[in-house]
Amino acid sequence: MKDIFVLIEHRRGEMRDVSVEMLSGAAKLGGTVVAVLLGKDVDAFAEKATGYADKVLYVNDAMYENYNSELYQKALSALIREHGPGVVLMGNTAQGVDLAPALAVELNAPLVTDVTALEMDGDKPKPTRQFYGGKLDAHLAMKDADLYILTIREATFVAEEPSKSGEVVKADNPVSEEIPYRKFLEYVEPEVGEVDITQSNLLVGVGRGIREDKNMPVVEELAQAIGADLAASRAVVDAGWLPSDRQVGISGKTVKPKLYLAVGISGAFQHVTGMKGAEVIVAINKDPDAPIFGIADYGIVDDLFKVVPKLVEKIKESKGA
Amino acid sequence: MNMVVCVKRVPDTSESEVHIDASGKDIDKSRLSFGINECDNYAVEEAIQIKERLEGAVTVISLGSKESDEVIRMALAKGGDEAIRLEDDAFAGGDALAVAKALAAAIKGLEYDMVFTGALTDDDGYAAVPVALAELLGVPHATYVKKVEILEPGKKAKVGRELEGGLMEFLEIDMPCVLGIQTGINEPRYASFKGIKQAAKKEIALKSAADLGLDVSDVGEAGSWAVLEQFTPPVVGEMAEILEGEPDETAAKLAAILKEKGLV
Repeated sequence: MKDIFVLIEHRRGEMRDVSVEMLSGAAKLGGTVVAVLLGKDVDAFAEKATGYADKVLYVNDAMYENYNSELYQKALSALIREHGPGVVLMGNTAQGVDLAPALAVELNAPLVTDVTALEMDGDKPKPTRQFYGGKLDAHLAMKDADLYILTIREATFVAEEPSKSGEVVKADNPVSEEIPYRKFLEYVEPEVGEVDITQSNLLVGVGRGIREDKNMPVVEELAQAIGADLAASRAVVDAGWLPSDRQVGISGKTVKPKLYLAVGISGAFQHVTGMKGAEVIVAINKDPDAPIFGIADYGIVDDLFKVVPKLVEKIKESKGA
Repeated sequence: MNMVVCVKRVPDTSESEVHIDASGKDIDKSRLSFGINECDNYAVEEAIQIKERLEGAVTVISLGSKESDEVIRMALAKGGDEAIRLEDDAFAGGDALAVAKALAAAIKGLEYDMVFTGALTDDDGYAAVPVALAELLGVPHATYVKKVEILEPGKKAKVGRELEGGLMEFLEIDMPCVLGIQTGINEPRYASFKGIKQAAKKEIALKSAADLGLDVSDVGEAGSWAVLEQFTPPVVGEMAEILEGEPDETAAKLAAILKEKGLV
């Protein structure tokens, strides 16, 4: 079996969890696991990766201090051509998605993004991924190729304890100069609002099912009756019905309240990632197959506009009692 | 500034039940409503806003059958100028790279400063088209874009990419370029009645694989590396305890549970 390359992802001095997850997962696929690390003075990440990889290919250069797709692509294509791995794994992250498709085109390699389960048939991957916002699993068959590029969804593989002791191989930087047409400028932190939902004990999460801005009082009353803060899925924030600091999920906050009451939220992975750590999850949604019911403790399959006003009533009664 | 915006017509499954059809490789679309892919709607708006600020033209491109015309016409009604639809039986079943190949072939002959696509589609969610398209066109790209500022028209833009946790990564990019647009970047407008009437009269140029100089073995399922074997319902963890009954009853049961757990 050919080598498996795993691209280590890091940002602002931190190695991202998906890196160790992928290394742990790759180790179970068979074959030699090679961690590929591009960065500036990130020896500590190289050292950490040796616990999970047979070899760490480390390119240390100031040009990799911050991710830039063009530089990463040039470096990776050169390393891949030199070492000939059979599979390249990277995170299905804002970085991986910005990089993998261009690399696949350049190398004329098959690409499957957002993989949620992976098996190997010899040197050929058999990936599974989701369609329709997580409502279906799609099992894919790959055609024969020398190299496959896959981006792996976060938390697809479980990060194991380190069990290898690979060697760090410092590779020469295959890229000789900076590129002029895409330049990193800066990172900007998201704005901070009046309520920090990461500190809230009780959250009512509102999703697309609320349909219109004018329906927001329905969930506001519920939040008030419970004494909860309002949180939101991406769709509600995009529509401007709640400010962006209320957004829960990959591009928003990760919350761990005692109660997360999801109203009209289907439970796409992007949202669930941010709230699955809640102690008690309750979901109200009219679609019985909505993925949210797969992670909720209690569910009501019904029209939220019928159930929520009743719930407000009952909670008020029980508080008064 | 000349802009191209790529749009896709997709079923709206966000609030609907999704059922696998008899083939096991598609879904039953008979009871689903269709519309523009959500990110693409924001991409259209971004292109039109730039055109309104800086002048220029917006060309709308879609790969799809005749039904896609409604999505194209809506983009024209909002301010698009020209439209191209890529239609060929050979395009069917294409993965993201095969779709990007067809789009690239159509865009290559156009004069453009910026190409906008949605960052990902609501159906297959590959999120690979904008970045693959840029590579095929030989121009720089950025995806998950949630902010666009034109620094020098036709030359340079500053764009903000949305990363995990809402962190924004700002970069400078030369034109021509391809940007994958994320939802929430702007407030998509509704088409005016006048715009809709005008758009109805506009011509949508049709292009087949042969028109684009593409070999049928390079596009669609034949030109794809990944082929869908079958759909299955997702593997879920332990299902929630579903509270049964009329709204009155389910609400009462839930209120009792919340009280018992000391949550209210």
